Amino acid sequence: MADDRVLLAHGSGGKVSHRLIDEVFMKVFTDPILNRQDDAAVVPGGEKLAFTTDSYVVKPIFFPGGDIGKLAVCGTVNDLSMSGAVPKYISAAFVIEEGFAFAELYRVVESMAAAAEEAGVAIVTGDTKVVERGSADQIFINTAGVGIMRPDVDIAASNLRPGDAVIISGSIGDHGVAVMSTREGLSFRTAIESDCAPLNALIAAVIDSGAEVHALRDPTRGGLASTLNEFAAQSGVVVAIDEKHVLIADQVAGACEMLGLDPYQVANEGKVVAVVAAADAEKTVAAMRTSPYGREARIVGAIAEAPDGKPRVTLKTTVGTTRILDMLVGEQLPRIC
Amino acid sequence: MCLGVPGKVITVKDDWIAEVDISGVVIDVGLQFTPEAKVGDYVLVHTGYAMHVMDEAEAMETLKLLEEMGAAAELPDGQIS
Amino acid sequence: MVKYLSEFRDPDLAAGILRRLAKVSTRPVSFMEVCGTHTVSISKNGLRQAVPENIRLLSGPGCPVCVTANADIDKMIAIAAQPDVILTTFGDMIKVPGSYSSLAKEKATGSDIRIVYSTRDAVKLAQENPDKRVVFYGVGFETTTPTVAMSILDAQQKNVSNYSVLSVHKVVPPAMKALLDLGEVTLDGFICPGHVSVVIGTRPYEFIPRDYGIPCVVTGFEPLDILEGILMLVEQVERGEAKVENAYKRLVTTEGNEIAMETIHKVFEPGDADWRGIGVIPGSGLNIREEFADFDAARLFAEVEVPPVKEHKGCRCGEVLRGVIYPYDCGLFGKACVPEHPIGPCMVSGEGSCAAYYRYDEKPRTGA
Repeated sequence: MADDRVLLAHGSGGKVSHRLIDEVFMKVFTDPILNRQDDAAVVPGGEKLAFTTDSYVVKPIFFPGGDIGKLAVCGTVNDLSMSGAVPKYISAAFVIEEGFAFAELYRVVESMAAAAEEAGVAIVTGDTKVVERGSADQIFINTAGVGIMRPDVDIAASNLRPGDAVIISGSIGDHGVAVMSTREGLSFRTAIESDCAPLNALIAAVIDSGAEVHALRDPTRGGLASTLNEFAAQSGVVVAIDEKHVLIADQVAGACEMLGLDPYQVANEGKVVAVVAAADAEKTVAAMRTSPYGREARIVGAIAEAPDGKPRVTLKTTVGTTRILDMLVGEQLPRIC
Repeated sequence: MCLGVPGKVITVKDDWIAEVDISGVVIDVGLQFTPEAKVGDYVLVHTGYAMHVMDEAEAMETLKLLEEMGAAAELPDGQIS
Repeated sequence: MVKYLSEFRDPDLAAGILRRLAKVSTRPVSFMEVCGTHTVSISKNGLRQAVPENIRLLSGPGCPVCVTANADIDKMIAIAAQPDVILTTFGDMIKVPGSYSSLAKEKATGSDIRIVYSTRDAVKLAQENPDKRVVFYGVGFETTTPTVAMSILDAQQKNVSNYSVLSVHKVVPPAMKALLDLGEVTLDGFICPGHVSVVIGTRPYEFIPRDYGIPCVVTGFEPLDILEGILMLVEQVERGEAKVENAYKRLVTTEGNEIAMETIHKVFEPGDADWRGIGVIPGSGLNIREEFADFDAARLFAEVEVPPVKEHKGCRCGEVLRGVIYPYDCGLFGKACVPEHPIGPCMVSGEGSCAAYYRYDEKPRTGA
C-alpha cells in the first residue's frame, strides 16, 4: 500500500477506495465468491438458513489474546453456532476513522482472515466507509453471517426443562478483564488473555455426540449472569448454579475484587453455556473437552421449576448460602465502595 | 464505601510507590500510609493506596478461633464452653 | 484463590459459626451495619437469610453515595459544566441522580467527566492537562479521605496548580450518634465498618457502649468475618455486656493508622455535613483548611450557580438509610423503583441498600 494512513479519500468510492479494497481486503480475504465483487454474494442454498449480524466497537482494538478483527469473526461464528447452524459465509463492513494506520488495518484484517480460516467460514462480501477524524474511534467492524441449520436440532432459550443440566465450556470473565487491564486510567498488569475463539467445532462436537441439547448461548456482554437470566425468563424456570463448580481464574477474581466487579457479569468471547437433558450431561462435557476451547468444561448447575411462577437465577455461594444472581444494569463501572 | 483487597508487595519503587500483586494482578500502590511495608508483606489496598500491613499472625489466630468455635458447636448440648 | 480472602469464605467454618449462633442466641435482636460494603457482602453471601430468624440485620447509612445530599450532587454537576473543567470521580458516583440530572447524563451531553481508580490518577491527569482545571469529586468516609488528602499534598508539592477537590467527605461515628439520638430504631448492636476502622481504630466507637449501652464489633467483609462479628455481638447481648470488640485484628488496631489520620487532619478540618435522610449532622463533615484554599473547589467555584434542590416524591431512601424501614417496605421498591429505573440513590449505587437487597436477596423479610 502506497499510503501509510487511512484518509477520507479511502472512503470516497473512487480509485483510492478501490486500491484500499484491492490491496487490503481482497488480498487478505482470498475467497472465490468475494473475488467476484458483486453487490451481494450469491451462495448455494436450498436449506434452512441461520442469519445474524453484529457490530464491534471494542476499545482498545488490540488487547491481550485478540483484537477487534478476531472478535468480529468469532462473535458472528459463535452466534450462528449457538442456533444450531453450521457457519458458512460472513460479511465484513468497516467504518474507519481517517488517519487510521494501514499497519494496524492489516493486523486487524489478517486476524479476521486467520479466525475465518480456523472456523471454516468464507468472508464473501464487505463494505468500507471512512469518516472524519473524531466521527469514529479508530475502526468499527460489522459482520453478518449465514449458516446452514443442522437437521433435527431444536435449540432455543425457551426449551429449558426442570431437571436439565447447565454446562459451561470453561472459566468465566477472562475477556472482560483482559480488555479492562489495558484501559486508560485503570492500568493493571495481568497475564490474563481474552478467551476470544470460534466455537463452531466445539458446538458441532456437542451436537454430534447425540446429546439432547435444549439451549446454547455464548455469555458475551453482561456475562454469565445475563445469559442465565435470559434462559430463566424465556423458559419460566429457576436456573440454580453452584458457585463452587464455576471456574474463575485467579487473576480474574483478583481484578474483580479490586475493581468491585462481579465476575458473573464480566464478558466472555469464547465460552458457551449449554443446557442439556440431565442424562446427557457427562456426554456433553466429554464432547466439549475434545475441543481446545472446552478443556475445562464442567457441569455448574441445574434447571428447576419456578414454584411461585417467578423465573430467576439462584447461586449457591461458596460459603454455602443461596442468593439471587441478577443481570448487570447499565454500564459496568469500577467502584471503590 | 470501602472496598479493600489484600495484595502482596513485590517491589518497592521510588516516590512512595510499590508494585502489589493481587492474585496475579499487579498494580501500583502508594505506600505513604504504610512506610513500614516491605517486599513480601501483604497490604490492604484501597483506591491505589496501602492502608495497613496485614498482621499474618492475627489472621491465623482468627481462623483458628473460628475452627474452634465451629467444633465446639458440634458437641452435644451442655458441653459448649 | 485470593490469599486472605478465600480462607474467610470456607463453608465448613461458616456452617460451624451458624450452628454456634443457633445455640447461643436465645432472644430476638436487631443489629445494624453502617458500611455499604457490609450491606453488599451480607446480601451477596446470603447471610441475611442464613442467620437464625431471631437475628435481624438492618442496614444503616453506610453508602457514601447514597447519603450524599442532592444539593451536593447538583453542585458537582454545575461545576462539571464550567469551561475547561475535567471532573474526575470514582465510578460509584456516575449514575447517581441529583435533583435534575446525573454525571452520566452530563457526560453524554458534553461535560468532560472521567472515572479514576485512584486520586493519584486525578493528579496525573491535571499534570497532563495544564490548560484544564481538574476537579476531583471527593466522596467517601475515613477509608478514602486520607487518599484524597494525600492527593492535595501531592499536588501542592509538585506545584500542580490546576488540581482541586470538592470535599463532600463524611465521618462515620457522628452519624452513628445521630441515629441513636433520633431514637427511631431499637438496636442491640452495631456491626462497625472494617475498613473505616483500619484508619480510625476502634476507640472512636467507645462512646456507644458507654453512653448508649449498645455493643459494637468491628469486623471485616468476608462471610466468616461478618458471621464472627454477629456471633460476638450475640454473645455480648446474651452476657448482658456492652463493649467495643475487634473481630478484624489482622487489619484493625485500637489506634488505627496514625499516619492516615494525621494526613486527614493536616488537610481537612471538621465541619457540618448534610446527610440524605438524616439532615445536617454537626461535626460529621470535612472541609479543606484555609491553608489549602487553592485546592478547594468549594472556594474556587463558589460563584457557580446551582439550581434549587428538588427531592424525589414517594422515595423513602431517607428511612431506609436510617434503618427505620427495610427496602422492601418502600412502596416503590421493585415496582416503580428498580435498578434500571432508579428513583432514589439507594437503588442506584452498587452498595445502596435497596440495590443490594433487590439484586441478591433470596426472600424478603419485612417489618423492621
